Amino acid sequence: MLTDIKTALRPALVLTLLFAALLGLFYPAVITGLAQTFFPHQANGSLIRENDRVIGSELLGQAFATDRYFHGRPSAAGSNGYDATASAGSNLGPTSQALVDRVKGDLAALPQSPDSDVPPDLVTTSASGLDPHISPEAALYQVTRVAEARGIAADDLRNLVRQHVQGPALGFLGEPRVNVLALNRDLDRLNARP
Amino acid sequence: MTFEGWALILIFAALTVALAKPIGLWLYALYDGRRTPLHAVLGPIERGFYTLAGIDPTTDQSWRRYAVHMLLFQVATLLFTYAILRLQAVLPLNSRDLAGQSPDLAFNTAISFTANTNWQSYSGETLSVLSQMLGLTIHNFLSAATGIAIAFALFRGFARRQASGIGNFWADLTRVTLYLLLPICLVYALFLVASGVPQTFASLVDATTLEGAKQSIVLGPVASQEAIKMLGTNGGGFFNANSAHPFENPTALTNLVQMLSIFAIGSGMTWCFGKAMGNTRQGWAILAAMMILFLAGASVTYWQEAAGNPNLHVLGLTGGNMEGKEVRFGIAASALFSVVTTAASCGAVNAMHDSFTALGGMIPLFNMQLGEVVIGGVGAGIYGFLVFAILAVFVAGLMVGRTPEYVGKKIESREVKLAVLAIAILPLSILGLTALSAVLPQGLAGPLNKGPHGFTEILYAYTSATGNNGSAFAGLTAATPFYNGLLGTAMWLGRFFMIVPILAVAGSLAAKKYTPETAGSFPTTGPLWVGLLVGIILIVGGLTFLPSLALGPIADHIAMVRGQLF
Repeated sequence: MLTDIKTALRPALVLTLLFAALLGLFYPAVITGLAQTFFPHQANGSLIRENDRVIGSELLGQAFATDRYFHGRPSAAGSNGYDATASAGSNLGPTSQALVDRVKGDLAALPQSPDSDVPPDLVTTSASGLDPHISPEAALYQVTRVAEARGIAADDLRNLVRQHVQGPALGFLGEPRVNVLALNRDLDRLNARP
Repeated sequence: MTFEGWALILIFAALTVALAKPIGLWLYALYDGRRTPLHAVLGPIERGFYTLAGIDPTTDQSWRRYAVHMLLFQVATLLFTYAILRLQAVLPLNSRDLAGQSPDLAFNTAISFTANTNWQSYSGETLSVLSQMLGLTIHNFLSAATGIAIAFALFRGFARRQASGIGNFWADLTRVTLYLLLPICLVYALFLVASGVPQTFASLVDATTLEGAKQSIVLGPVASQEAIKMLGTNGGGFFNANSAHPFENPTALTNLVQMLSIFAIGSGMTWCFGKAMGNTRQGWAILAAMMILFLAGASVTYWQEAAGNPNLHVLGLTGGNMEGKEVRFGIAASALFSVVTTAASCGAVNAMHDSFTALGGMIPLFNMQLGEVVIGGVGAGIYGFLVFAILAVFVAGLMVGRTPEYVGKKIESREVKLAVLAIAILPLSILGLTALSAVLPQGLAGPLNKGPHGFTEILYAYTSATGNNGSAFAGLTAATPFYNGLLGTAMWLGRFFMIVPILAVAGSLAAKKYTPETAGSFPTTGPLWVGLLVGIILIVGGLTFLPSLALGPIADHIAMVRGQLF
């Protein structure tokens, strides 16, 4: 046993340092070098810039509260939602009174539409709190409100939403969805702030 | 439930089976110490490592020496990471001036990554770039390589005849890291970057949103960690939300690839086992038993999540349970991911298991309680499964009244005792620590949800820690000295109180003679054997854990359908 331990000391210590250098420094550095060379946009967070100002990332949702914009899903990231330094879900379980109360509150705040049920994603929090997408139904559900706030025709907005619907890849991978930030940016182009 | 959802599950299962042989061939070359095409490039690094560390890779080690060397290496890397986490504030690449971790948190985190668990008491956003790379990523490689090394040692125990050694730990560790994990990760990480996963040493960008608010965006070397996190069934996310975060898992395609990379090596290990035993049908039989258990679990979780939460249907919502799920994945890919990540010992999540329906969330829990032998962790899955195979031939031997044999080795009292010892650590740690936490005030302070769901949060935590999974019912506030200490202990017990008896089995088997198969031997390749394996795994897991499930998810389900809230 003592010989076993003695013979292990040098390999254990030396390999810890060698592997730390190889796997903890060299490997991520090589990937970073290649990534920054070949895919700089993605490697730096798929940031969207407007007039040299970063307005967000293509991949991350952000908070929308005014009637002039389509809203994303409720978010449990940070105290005000969509905090990209504190990604999180609500973690409320199926028998949670707090969950039911929250959904009730969100439902009451939504305008009632006689034609369609409330799409479930519009009143449930995502897993990351940064979900950039909503379902096409959830976008269409908000058309009347946004159209009124902006004074544009609801049919034009519906067309805009439909242009933004992304379908499943290869027919079975992923769900139909709309990127809320991309949709809202196009909305601003269509109808600039007065 | 949709046609596309079932198509995804079945296509995924088919791809997993298709990967078994190609990955298995590569694994077999490493198991057997053969030269691979990559030796031309990486051979000098391997030899350089041996020279500097004073290792002779051709030395055969007894099981005791193999175990002691393996353990000391774990302790060395554990202390290395503990130091980095504690000293984070004064180390470089910490542009956000993050503080070091507290002693109990660093204890928990360092064990967590050493033991291939990647339970995260900390939130990923609180670690510096250096801590992520040098503290955590190295363990993602090394704990995975350790798991595969242990499995190789056990294979040698079955395959060798009257031998005193079971291989060389250092050679197994180095070869698996250099020739298997590192090359795949180079390609995989670049695929992830191309798909949108960040890879930069910068760690923060401030954005001004369309509505004029400030959004601070955390970045970092995500892709390099993400690749090995999945491939090595580690599961520790760069971000708190893990693979649900759009920066870790941006598209439905990356999601499919992430799930496949969780299963890839585990699936290949079954083929490698068959090849090492000189009969690939032995491997296919194991994979068949695994896939039966996997598909059963995936079906239940998908069915329950698609059925949704009656407590929200009452309010007028329709459809499946979208609480804690991302729109780009939807119900099917979220349900499937949860079953994959807990069947293997990965623990990455793309949806919040805590918000699953009661029975939908029970399957991930039960998967872990079965010992994560459904594909399982890299290496850990197959060695855990072989423990059940030893029990199964023992039971079959009792039924037919013959000394049990498995792949040419007699299974005798010593192997069966050691196998039971390896399995017994699961209930001891999971049920013992859950019971303790369910009565102590420090334990009861943890759960976010009330009622049976709160109990499930505690049960899930110890199951995940002991099983070295790392996923969580994340409502539990686990970053307290009480939970950090007990969960850290559970992770260490679950990993090494299983590995050491298994190495002892390997040593004991290696010393035995070869017993050729005769007409009277119980066949270990056909459907009868597959059925027996599935039965033994379910009976052992079920008898041990059903009472705890009745108190947690089953009570929760009954409350859920009755509309009772807590």
